[in-house]
Amino acid sequence: MESVRYLARNPVWLLGLGLFIFFSVTTSHFLTAYNLSNVLFQCALVGLLATGLTPVIISGNIDLSVGAVVGLSSCLVIGMQEQIGLAGAIAVALGSGLCLGLLNGLAVERLGVSSFIITLAGMIGTRGLAFLYAGDTSLSAIDEQLYDLTMLHVGPVTLIPFIFLTAVLCFQWMLRRTVHGRNTYAIGGSRSASTNAGIPVSRHVVINFIICGLMAAICGVAMAANLGAATPSYGKDYELWAVIAVVLGGTRLRGGKGDLIGTFAAVLALAILRNGLNMLHVAPFYIPGIMGLALIAALVLDRQLNRASKTAE
Amino acid sequence: MSIAPQPLQSQPEATQGAIISLEGVGRTFPGVIALSDVTFDVLPGEVHALCGENGAGKSTLMRVMAGSFPQDSGTISYRGETVTFASPMDAKRRGILLIHQEISLVPELSVAENIFLGDFPKLRGGRLDTKKLYRDAEHVLEDCGYDLDAHAIVGDLSLARQQMVEIARATAFNCSVVIFDEPTGALTNQEAEALFVTIDRLKKRGVGIVYISHKMKEVLTLADRVTVLRDGKVTGTLSGEKITEREITRLMIGRSLDSYFHRARRRIGEEVLRLEGFGVGGSAKTVDLSIRAGEIVGLYGLVGAGRSELMEAVFGLRKITSGKLSWCGQLREISSPKDAVRLGIGFVPEDRKEQGLVLGLGARDNTSMASLRRLVRFGFMDTIKEQSIFEKYRERLEIKVSTAKTRVGTLSGGNQQKIVLAKWMATAPKLLILDEPTRGIDVNAKAEVHALIGELAESGLAVILISSEMPEIIGLSHRIVTIYQGEVTGDLAAEHVTEDMLVERVMNPPERFADLLIG
Amino acid sequence: MKDIGRPSARQLLIAAAVLVLLTGGATVPGLFSFDNITQMLRQISVTGIIALGVTFVVIAGRLDLTVGSLLSLCAVVAITLHDEISPVAAVTVPIIIGLVVGCINGFLVAILRLNSLIATLGMLSVLQAVALVWTSGQNALIDRPEATWFAVIGRGYLLDVPIPVLIFLLLAALTAILLGMTRFGREVFSVGGNEIASRFSSIAARQVLFTCYMISGTLTGMAAIVFSSRVMAAQNNSGSGLELQVLSAVILGGTSLAGGDGGIGRTIIGVVLLGFIQNALLLIGLPYYVQWLVSWVVIIGVVWADVASRRGRVLA
Repeated sequence: MESVRYLARNPVWLLGLGLFIFFSVTTSHFLTAYNLSNVLFQCALVGLLATGLTPVIISGNIDLSVGAVVGLSSCLVIGMQEQIGLAGAIAVALGSGLCLGLLNGLAVERLGVSSFIITLAGMIGTRGLAFLYAGDTSLSAIDEQLYDLTMLHVGPVTLIPFIFLTAVLCFQWMLRRTVHGRNTYAIGGSRSASTNAGIPVSRHVVINFIICGLMAAICGVAMAANLGAATPSYGKDYELWAVIAVVLGGTRLRGGKGDLIGTFAAVLALAILRNGLNMLHVAPFYIPGIMGLALIAALVLDRQLNRASKTAE
Repeated sequence: MSIAPQPLQSQPEATQGAIISLEGVGRTFPGVIALSDVTFDVLPGEVHALCGENGAGKSTLMRVMAGSFPQDSGTISYRGETVTFASPMDAKRRGILLIHQEISLVPELSVAENIFLGDFPKLRGGRLDTKKLYRDAEHVLEDCGYDLDAHAIVGDLSLARQQMVEIARATAFNCSVVIFDEPTGALTNQEAEALFVTIDRLKKRGVGIVYISHKMKEVLTLADRVTVLRDGKVTGTLSGEKITEREITRLMIGRSLDSYFHRARRRIGEEVLRLEGFGVGGSAKTVDLSIRAGEIVGLYGLVGAGRSELMEAVFGLRKITSGKLSWCGQLREISSPKDAVRLGIGFVPEDRKEQGLVLGLGARDNTSMASLRRLVRFGFMDTIKEQSIFEKYRERLEIKVSTAKTRVGTLSGGNQQKIVLAKWMATAPKLLILDEPTRGIDVNAKAEVHALIGELAESGLAVILISSEMPEIIGLSHRIVTIYQGEVTGDLAAEHVTEDMLVERVMNPPERFADLLIG
Repeated sequence: MKDIGRPSARQLLIAAAVLVLLTGGATVPGLFSFDNITQMLRQISVTGIIALGVTFVVIAGRLDLTVGSLLSLCAVVAITLHDEISPVAAVTVPIIIGLVVGCINGFLVAILRLNSLIATLGMLSVLQAVALVWTSGQNALIDRPEATWFAVIGRGYLLDVPIPVLIFLLLAALTAILLGMTRFGREVFSVGGNEIASRFSSIAARQVLFTCYMISGTLTGMAAIVFSSRVMAAQNNSGSGLELQVLSAVILGGTSLAGGDGGIGRTIIGVVLLGFIQNALLLIGLPYYVQWLVSWVVIIGVVWADVASRRGRVLA
């Protein structure tokens, strides 16, 4: 009963299922173990971003710079390996995401400006940093060490999807069961009530931005590891996918509502869609168009759902 | 309500054992002296009511007490020590809680989470101690005698129940002073009664209560002491036998009610507006209403009774679900404010800052906002005409602005309201709808607005006046229509109306109690 | 002006920009030479024309991020139509496309009431796809650029002044009149300052917003014509990132992102200042992506100045 009601509130699960069935029937290569593991891997990359972004949006903010952070961290992890070794390079890459998250969070809280603007500017600035570091070229890994990491298995899943799944569970737990998580909902629900109640609003907001930056950096490292190379334009438009996934997953853009389970489902549904379109030989030119339409559709959905819940009150 | 008031010696500062006491407190805002030399205290286990007209300084006083902003002069002592509150949280930690008129809860969270908002019980590693949270919350709710589910989501609760959650917070934080700001504004009688029981319970535990209300009846029954403010100054503190309606009113307005209001001479003309079977929103209730030129019709009802919604529908801001609207004898449809203005309707909305003005724009630009259509010549704005119209109303309404470009956000409430009025007078309307036209403006400006309303009616304008202030509505209107839950419950000639008659008609009739209980 | 005594945060910022400019003039040889200035003005006229339209949207309290990819789309369409149909099509169709896209944006934001930033971000992506599909990822070129009157728009001179600059100035004058002297202009400021109060004052806020997007789209279409005539070629990503450049120019000039405050004159100042700074960076020989870092710093700085000057007014 509870789960039925959950599905009604989160139609994205049904969407995912529908797409799954549709592509299974219409294409012969979709429903194969190889392809499905491919889908899982594809969704893991955007999934890492969306997972980090969900708490930020629940607290009533947004981070549009995540795609650029992917570019920067992927370049750093490849480029730094020669000088300071693999572990050091990974640490620097993750550190960059953490710092940029901190920077965004502080700018939003200290300046009291919409996070849209701050992170939109951050997006272009971070991309600039990535180009500044790597130049206009692509970097290649000096050896297979990084790539080998991605081949590690935890049970049947490889490392990157495993990190994604773990992150989903951890973040869900964090939002439900920790003081930070509950305060995140409170801030998104009513910032003034939270301030009045003495919640250290800025601290929680900044923490969420830091987590988001870190997850973006993990995504960048994962991407670089998988391809054994990096260019500063990696992760372009990923922020769009991530926002689409979060909103489609039922998290309210205004904040206060949402969860990781919905985000997970949406990430999965989008990956199935993308993969399925590939299978149907839809030209890659159309992908940004479909993405943009999906974003607008998610936005309309967000409005409708919230209007519905408002009249229900 | 049986606790005997403390005997009061001459002046309040002499009272011993006060939990909180303010001495000589003053506070100014740019251009306004909100409080000056106020002395006020609260004893344990008493209800100290704070009365005064809008703009008299009540809300400033309570905010100073609750740490929203500091005073400019004077001292606050709490339990005998001089204190300065750094923030509302600081005040709350020390035991002073302000329960706002607007509920300050997070609608998405549960009752328990809201009660302990900002002070969640923690386990190691930042984990939330869910068990303790809900156990404690249930404890608190039981303590208050509230039949609320700690797990319920606050957004799903009725307003009255949300208020209970706020009050439960006071208990949870072991507050020693609780300030109620117009707590019954949106409550039904039944719900208000429940609130009074809670207040009584708080009293018995020795909590000091500051009670701010416009409703004389509540003040008379609840208060052990009453302090009256006027123009930011204390005009008197009453206790025991001396608490009478007459005395409070005298202290509030400084003169007797009759001379205060000047009712416009009745020169009734043709019918301007007629509503028949007029319905708004989801409710099945409909309204019949008619108003003639030169007539001031008061519309009285509780907050949430549907007064503003009804008028917004007349003005084309809301969809009409049923019924007919005739304008000067002809059937009309008004589907947008544009239509309404074209017919000759003006609307001074309830919320001046949100709905009435563009605070970032200048006084002249705001004045011409509703009549831009008339100010166009050969496709361009006729700025000379615009300026002259602004000057005309600036003079007529005595609007105090330094230049035509002064941003209206920097003006006092009274001058802001005059600009809203000027904006509508500039459209030369036949019907002016005034929704709470004197809310939050000082006494002088209020008198000026009252006089203006009378003049406008005498010049043949039809006026619909919505107000929560009974003296205002009784003093100004020719006719008073009472509304209860979207339905007209009375249409009275104002000369013979008493406050009791109005209250009777806008409070829920007893037989309706059963279906009002929510939860 | 009324506040001469103490400089506002915005004035400080403009002062800082001018200082940077003067330092640039002193250190970068040729920055202030006549040739360089005309070249620079010719280059900024595309950004400038777009910024004029975006100014309307920003004053109305919204954002339009589609302008970059709309420029790409209109430019590739102009270039391909020039050879395939006629130069006349190249100067009309882009404007129509701009208008239509403006209407779509207006529909999403004004009628469906979607968050303007996210909605136009989505449209940005959609337009990118349309441009990609149109070109199939190929560069579009005009075969014989020397043999067409189309080149005059972007490359010609009138009395030593580049035609694009003249077009920019003409459009600036028209938009300044529209914004400053007409009823519509007044309504834009009202809606941006307080949309609810505007509705309560019988201003048709939705129509006003819709029109602002139409203006922004149409002007972007015109800018695309100037652009493609100057370059005589276009790619599906020619305008990539332009939306942020335009936005930084508009807010650098002092139009508030909170809405309800701004002007065409300010936008021109912003466009010229930013143009000089970027031109100086290029003359020093820094790569193009350094400009992005500059945009970052400028936007944060300007937004800070905006907030500091209104103190406490937070963007929603």
